[in-house]
Amino acid sequence: MFKLDSVTAQRGDRVVLREVSIDIGGGATAIVGPSGAGKSTLLRLLNRLADPVAGTVRFGGRDVRDLDVLGLRRDVVLVPQVPAPLPGTVATNVAYGPSLRGDTTDVDRWLELAGLDSSYGPRDAARLSVGEQQRLMLARALALEPDALLLDEPTASLDEDARTGVELTLVELHATLGVALVLVTHDRGQAARLTTRTLELRDGRVRG
Amino acid sequence: MSSINVSLGEVAGALALVAVAVAVSLWRRAQLESDLGVAVLRSFVQLTAVGYVIQAIFDSESLWLVAALLAVMVGVGTWTARSRAKKVPNVTVPIAIALGVAAAATVGLVVALGVFDAKARYLVPVGGMVIGNAMTAAAVALNRLADEVESQARTIEATLALGATARQATDALAARSLRSGMIPVIDQTKTTGLVAFPGAMVGMLLAGAEPIDAVRLQLVLLWVLMGSVALSAVISTSLGYRGFFTPAHQLKESVEPEV
Repeated sequence: MFKLDSVTAQRGDRVVLREVSIDIGGGATAIVGPSGAGKSTLLRLLNRLADPVAGTVRFGGRDVRDLDVLGLRRDVVLVPQVPAPLPGTVATNVAYGPSLRGDTTDVDRWLELAGLDSSYGPRDAARLSVGEQQRLMLARALALEPDALLLDEPTASLDEDARTGVELTLVELHATLGVALVLVTHDRGQAARLTTRTLELRDGRVRG
Repeated sequence: MSSINVSLGEVAGALALVAVAVAVSLWRRAQLESDLGVAVLRSFVQLTAVGYVIQAIFDSESLWLVAALLAVMVGVGTWTARSRAKKVPNVTVPIAIALGVAAAATVGLVVALGVFDAKARYLVPVGGMVIGNAMTAAAVALNRLADEVESQARTIEATLALGATARQATDALAARSLRSGMIPVIDQTKTTGLVAFPGAMVGMLLAGAEPIDAVRLQLVLLWVLMGSVALSAVISTSLGYRGFFTPAHQLKESVEPEV
């Protein structure tokens, strides 16, 4: 699904990825490594929230720079590490992505798939717990019916119960919708529970 | 309307009030004496120079010279607003367009509507006032925009990640910035006459005009300012937000959230 060829990426003057060449398939893949290893940067390259300084990122065989960037981001949706709800209700948040194209969507369906019931729809998104907001981020991403979900430490801000719940939801989503998962985590146990393949990043290079 | 003459001696007399300010500064050890001196000197030199320039333009009655003077004002206003809104990348062109359009549209409109004659005597002061207020509105709005983008970077990026354009991702921020730019002139208009007499009205009253004439002129100017400030704020924010993004709808690295 994704192919990186000799990708080098920087943040400021710091090189965070050095000539990384990897294939990421359509299944569930984890990218693990210590803080600052370049995991989140790699994720951001996949939907062009950032561009590498050298090398090529391909999605479906095509250089992402040749694709319509807005279309790419609807096919490859990033779920942020820190929940970032838009002002308004839960339903407004879920409907936001499709509304950008003038489409409507079945809000309740996505809420349910993300582990929230339809009673959440009219609630103020800003007043949900962090765990609920993280599920809202998931529902908002699913509403775009993407080919791949990019998950940036999706349970980092959750307590253990909430983390287990979100993990179960992700396993179900992958199984039922067939959506590809690219999971960034520093938790190898989570990588093993949620994915079938683990790539390790260390000092900007892929190990193992 | 009769005109008044102020002699240099009378101007010098007003320095007594500057002496009060210097005395206050010395007494309270505010160390503002040299600043006060520079301010007095600069105001004298700048205003006198501008006075001669305006006199020359009035005498020539050339609309080209009026346009040139207003263009210089737009240039100086752009430079000033840019230094106040320096957190916004590539902001010079948006401000210049905002001030230029605000000045041209409002001055053009008041002439077209017959509010003022197309004469240097009217166009220079009205244009100057419009540009000055448009400059402040653009600077305030853009400053707010920069603060909003910085504090909302995560939400903006999360919105971009859903396929929103840079414009869609900053829509709400731009609206709040626009409000910041416009609210001062709206408040000034609401409280005018109650909290303070605006400058033009004071000037006309001092010059011997009938109060009701002074009021009418002031109303025209306040309402013209509302339009020009709105234009300046909306144009500067509508163009200025682009400075934070790449053409691929990515937040520039300077404002990217930490990852």
